[in-house]
Amino acid sequence: MNLDQIQRAMFHAVRQPLTPGERMRAKALDGTSLRETAGQIIKPNDRLTSFERLEIYNRQYWFRIISSMCDDFDGLRAILGDKQFHGLVIAYLTEHPSTSFTLRNLGSKLETWLRDHLEYVAGLEDLSLDMVKLEWAEVEVFDGPSLPKVTAEELTQMGPDPLLQLQPYIRLLKLTAPVHDLLLKLRDRRRNDDAPVRKLPSRSLPKAQKTYLAVHRLENSVYFKDLCPDAFAMLSALQKECTVSEAIEAPEWSGRSEEEISAAVRNNFANWASLGWFCKPSTE
Amino acid sequence: MPANRFNGFTEYGVGIGLRIPHYQHILEKKPVVDWFEIISENFMVDGGRPLQVLDQILEQYRVVQHGVSMYFGSFEPLNPEHLKRLKTLVKRTKTPWLSDHLCWGSVDGTYSHDLLPMPYTFEAARKTAEKIRQVRDFVEVPVCVENVSSYAEFHVSEMTEWEFLTEVSEQADCGILFDVNNIYVSSRNHSFDPMDYVNNIPHHRVAQIHIAGHSRYEKYILDTHDHPVIDPVWKLYERAIELIGPTATLLEWDDRIPSFDEVHNEALKAKQYIPAPAPRIETRSEVFA
Repeated sequence: MNLDQIQRAMFHAVRQPLTPGERMRAKALDGTSLRETAGQIIKPNDRLTSFERLEIYNRQYWFRIISSMCDDFDGLRAILGDKQFHGLVIAYLTEHPSTSFTLRNLGSKLETWLRDHLEYVAGLEDLSLDMVKLEWAEVEVFDGPSLPKVTAEELTQMGPDPLLQLQPYIRLLKLTAPVHDLLLKLRDRRRNDDAPVRKLPSRSLPKAQKTYLAVHRLENSVYFKDLCPDAFAMLSALQKECTVSEAIEAPEWSGRSEEEISAAVRNNFANWASLGWFCKPSTE
Repeated sequence: MPANRFNGFTEYGVGIGLRIPHYQHILEKKPVVDWFEIISENFMVDGGRPLQVLDQILEQYRVVQHGVSMYFGSFEPLNPEHLKRLKTLVKRTKTPWLSDHLCWGSVDGTYSHDLLPMPYTFEAARKTAEKIRQVRDFVEVPVCVENVSSYAEFHVSEMTEWEFLTEVSEQADCGILFDVNNIYVSSRNHSFDPMDYVNNIPHHRVAQIHIAGHSRYEKYILDTHDHPVIDPVWKLYERAIELIGPTATLLEWDDRIPSFDEVHNEALKAKQYIPAPAPRIETRSEVFA
C-alpha cells in the first residue's frame, strides 16, 4: 500500500461513528470490515490488536470534535440534554466532517443541516434553531474582522444621504424566542456549578416571543443587544448596503408621528455610532 | 553562540505555551518568562480578542509559533488558505522560526484535527520533505518539524521513527522540534529504548525541545499534556541537552491547566539541565566603555 492508500483507509476508519459504548464498530457504515482494514495497515503489539490500536485514533477523533461542539453549542446542549445533543452532533459531523484547518469552523453548517433534519430536535424545533443561530453568531462575532470606525467628524462630511457600512462582525438575528436570556442564565449557572449538562425542564425554556437581536462586540467582548423591530429593520437595510435614507424608510413606522420617527432615528443612530457600529467602507 | 546552524536562539531559555486560563495573569502581572509558544491556528483569525491579546503579549514577550494542522505528511497538497493565514500571522508575530508536526491528518480536504502517525517509508519521507520545503518557501521563516506521540505502527514501515525523522529533516534541510515526552510515550507504546531515539537523530538540526506530561492507561500511554513531566522524561531531556547543547525549551500543558506559577515552575526545572553560558572574558575596551 502506498501513502495515499494507507491514509485513505485509516481516515475512513477513524471517521466512523463509535458504538453506543464508545468503541470502534466492527463494520463501517458502508459495510467495510474495520477489523480487516486495521489488520491490513496496522501492526499488533504484545498488548493491543491492530483493531485496538486503530480504535485509539477513532475514539480520539470523536472525543475531540464532540468536545469542540459542546464548547460552541452549550445552549443547544442544555435544551436537548447530553444524550440527544450527542446523537445530533454525531449525525451532523458524519455528514459534515471538518473541512477547515481550525475547529472554530466545525459548526458552520449546523443551522442549514438542522433545517433538513428537524427530527433530531423534535418538539423543540424553533428553540433549537434559534439557539444554533445565536451560538454560531457568537463564534463569528468573537473573532470576525472589524474596520476603522467612522468618526463624528467624518460623519458630517459624508453628504446628505451617505452609505453607512456596519462593522462586518455584527450579526442581526430574528428569533422566535429570547434564547439569549436563556444562554446568559445558563452561563451564570455554569460559573458556580460544574455538574454535567442535564436537559432543561420545559418550564425553564423561554416562551415564544418575537425577538430581534444584534450580536456585537465591544472592547472585544461579545454582547447581545435587544432591538425593537424598527431598529432591526434599519440595521438590516444598512447591512444590505442601503443608504441612510433608504434605511430610515425600511421600518413600517405605522401610527408614529414625524417627531417620534425623527427622535427614534436620531437616538438609534447616535447609540449605534457610540457602540462603534459604523465603519469606513471596505476597499476590497 | 548558537549550538548549531538550526539553533540560532540558544539564549531563548525556557518558555511555556500561551494558554487562555493564564491570559489575565500574564497581562496583569507581567511575569518574567523567557518566551511564549502560541498555537498558530488559534490566532489565524480576522480580529477580536485573540489578536488583541496576542498584540499585548507581543509588546512584552518573545513569541514563537507552533502549528497543529499543516499536516506535512498528508498525501494531499497544502491548503493555500491555511498558508496565507499562517504567513499573515508570521508577519504579525515576527516569529524567528515556526514548527508543526511530523504527521498527517487530512484527506481530500477533510480534517481529522488529530496528529495521525506516519508510515515510515521512503515515499512518505520524500513527500513530507517536499511539503516542508514548500511551507518554508512560502512563509519565509525557518521551519522545524516535531516528532509526535503515536499509538500505532504500520506494516509498510521501512525504518525506525528516528531514522524517518532523520530522512525527512535531511531531505527538507529543516530543523527539528525534538519532543522528548513524545519519544517516551511512543517508546512505551512500541517497546523501544527511548535513549536509542535520543542518541540517533541528527542533533545538529535540533532547534527547539518540547517537554510535557502524559497519561498512563492499562495498555498504552496517551500524550495528554495534563500532568507534570515525569523523571524518565527529564532523563531524556538531560541526555538531549548533553548531545545538542543549550536549546530553546518549552513546556506544553494543555489540559486541566493549573495556575500560571505551577506551569512556569514546572518548566523552569529544565534550567538545571542547561549548562550555564561560559563566562565572558571582558576586554579592556569593554571595561572602560
